[in-house]
Amino acid sequence: MLTILYFARLKESLGTAKEDLPLSQDATTIQGLMQHLAARGEVWQQEFDGCRPIRAAINQELVPNTASFKDGDEIAFFPPVTGG
Amino acid sequence: MPVRVQTEDFDTGAEISRLRLARPDTGAVVAFVGQVRDLNEGADVSTLTLEHYPGMTEKALESIIQQAKSRWEFYDALVIHRVGTLQPLDQIVLVAVSGAHRGEAFAACEFIMDYLKTEAPFWKKEQTGTGERWVEARSSDDNARQRWNKTVV
Repeated sequence: MLTILYFARLKESLGTAKEDLPLSQDATTIQGLMQHLAARGEVWQQEFDGCRPIRAAINQELVPNTASFKDGDEIAFFPPVTGG
Repeated sequence: MPVRVQTEDFDTGAEISRLRLARPDTGAVVAFVGQVRDLNEGADVSTLTLEHYPGMTEKALESIIQQAKSRWEFYDALVIHRVGTLQPLDQIVLVAVSGAHRGEAFAACEFIMDYLKTEAPFWKKEQTGTGERWVEARSSDDNARQRWNKTVV
């Protein structure tokens, strides 16, 4: 099982902050998971079709979209950061 | 190397004094304070709400300080970042660095701030006269972060 967290604009547009998702053999990289989420359609497609800038973290570390994850990992998706 | 993420305000003067007095071989303390502006992208900002990723935020800030430590000689660094709802003129962030000399402290402070802007998971949402909006990331912040890659230390 994966824990997936959504922050800021994504949390609002998707209407959820957290979900648990079974690990699928089809999606073991950030890029693959984004395609999987985009296939849900509507707002999911709008956010994850690659047109809007999204950053990802695995176990609380920023990663590129090519990064892969394993069962039990915490994955987070969020817009480019704007602190400071 | 303390990192604090908090809703409460902080006392910049007291924090600087603490760093300055911590050891007698300190010759410089450099501090940056960020505050909420009442105008952004042409709109009046009434309040600003800061969201973050608890856990990752602290790790990211500690990692940024460690990267600075590997590049410059300084004694201590402090990062305080507020979250929650803030008003114009409120302090948002303090980065303070102490060291023997000003040069390394200036560089480390600016480096930490530039990396914080692009790598620490905070997001700002503005409440303006025409409604709410998420603040968009600025390419100038990415450029500020990128230029450290070119610096020969």
